[in-house]
Amino acid sequence: MLNQKLPELVCPAGSLPALKNAIDNGADTVYFGYRNDTNARNFAGLNFDAKAMAEGIRYAHNHGRHVLLAINTFPQPGRLADWHRAVDGAADLGVDAVIIADVALLDYASRRHPNLRLHLSVQGSATNYEAVNFAHREFGVKRAVLPRVLTLAQVEHVIKNTPIEIEVFGFGSLCVMNEGRCWLSSYATGESPNTVGACSPAKYVKWEKSPGSMSTRLNGVLIDRFGDDEPAGYPTLCKGRFEVNGETYYALEEPTSLNVLELLPEIARIGVSAIKVEGRQRSPTYVTQVTRTLRAALDALAREGERFSVKPAWHAELAKVSEGTQATLGAYNRPWR
Amino acid sequence: MSTLPNIPRFKLPPLVANITRRLPQWPHALVLTAGLNAAAKMKLLPDDSLALLDGRSFLVRVNDTGGEARFVYRGGLFRPVFATTGDADLIFSANLSAFLQMLARQEDPDTLFFNRELSIEGDTELGLVVKNMLDAIEWPQMPKMPAFRR
Repeated sequence: MLNQKLPELVCPAGSLPALKNAIDNGADTVYFGYRNDTNARNFAGLNFDAKAMAEGIRYAHNHGRHVLLAINTFPQPGRLADWHRAVDGAADLGVDAVIIADVALLDYASRRHPNLRLHLSVQGSATNYEAVNFAHREFGVKRAVLPRVLTLAQVEHVIKNTPIEIEVFGFGSLCVMNEGRCWLSSYATGESPNTVGACSPAKYVKWEKSPGSMSTRLNGVLIDRFGDDEPAGYPTLCKGRFEVNGETYYALEEPTSLNVLELLPEIARIGVSAIKVEGRQRSPTYVTQVTRTLRAALDALAREGERFSVKPAWHAELAKVSEGTQATLGAYNRPWR
Repeated sequence: MSTLPNIPRFKLPPLVANITRRLPQWPHALVLTAGLNAAAKMKLLPDDSLALLDGRSFLVRVNDTGGEARFVYRGGLFRPVFATTGDADLIFSANLSAFLQMLARQEDPDTLFFNRELSIEGDTELGLVVKNMLDAIEWPQMPKMPAFRR
């Protein structure tokens, strides 16, 4: 048996079927966003309209699970009212919490809706306990999602020095992890997650096939060229192969997925409150596959405690849906700081 | 979906494609557009996503069967295109097993794309609209007939 409380499993939903799959396969909590640029997965045809949100919340609550609404982009000049409306709408819908990145929006939400539970988004880029405690002290934030840049020891240090819940990422595509501060997409396209709610928006992406290879361009910039047998990645600058000093390679980062299965006992031991799965842009099938795997692993951890070991079948299932051919422990087990 | 059989990954022998390519392709488009129109009529496809497809042309290519379906969405209907060559705004190509796995929600399109089993050419944003539209469909429950039970 596990002595600590089991971390909550937080899963992504880009559509109603994805939300229901997450609930049916054992998510404790699902998170979603509006169909607009108030959230950082603002892709054409993705996300929830008012009717789908109401039904999703009803479905989750009927099953005794929680729903979080991500309003995790930064209000753009002259359009603050759109973000205020999003927060007001969240309070009306009866979601269990909103995930917010911008301090001005946290301020608005805490004043206007004092009973609305607030989570600090990973896009808020709080990487130390001072930043986390500031959000708690000033806006009553109850939980912070930590960026994927900290080692496990650093995550533990934050948890020991804050009274609020800490959520960390457990599975999903990795980017350069400079969350909330990355402007690479804007460098190529003039648009980024913080401003329009999408990294490398699809309208700038071109997949060009030629015999034996496929090239990816982002707003005309050649990002990568794949041989027919090579796996492809998302068309972002950070995952491109570039020529540097006469060598062509993943100069910034190799396409990779984060997978913390091996670290679950440690994550529970240091007191992490929730584990988040990335991927609102992925299909309901992905949500099913990842949710049921992590649910099985967490339940095994609860049963087995110190005797917990990772089953090869879990790794196989997660490896299949991963971006890139490798899954890593990300920064969690990094030897340097 | 648990009542559906598991679809394995397979590739049909090249002979199949060699034969099929010599046959007329419009029946594929006819079947596919009839299915899409039925889904639209049942309100399974959201109106705001359909609006984004208006006037756009599509080509679905099944590599290992050699089959192709060309169609457009215009005036609220998916319509077959009888031309046998020329470009489309959006081209999906994959082997039959990958298409079946996607339709049965057994595999995730991004996974198939990363693994190079699904290819998307043309207007990438249009491709995303189509992918997300298909993902958002709530398929009606399978009838509870003995044949569907395990």
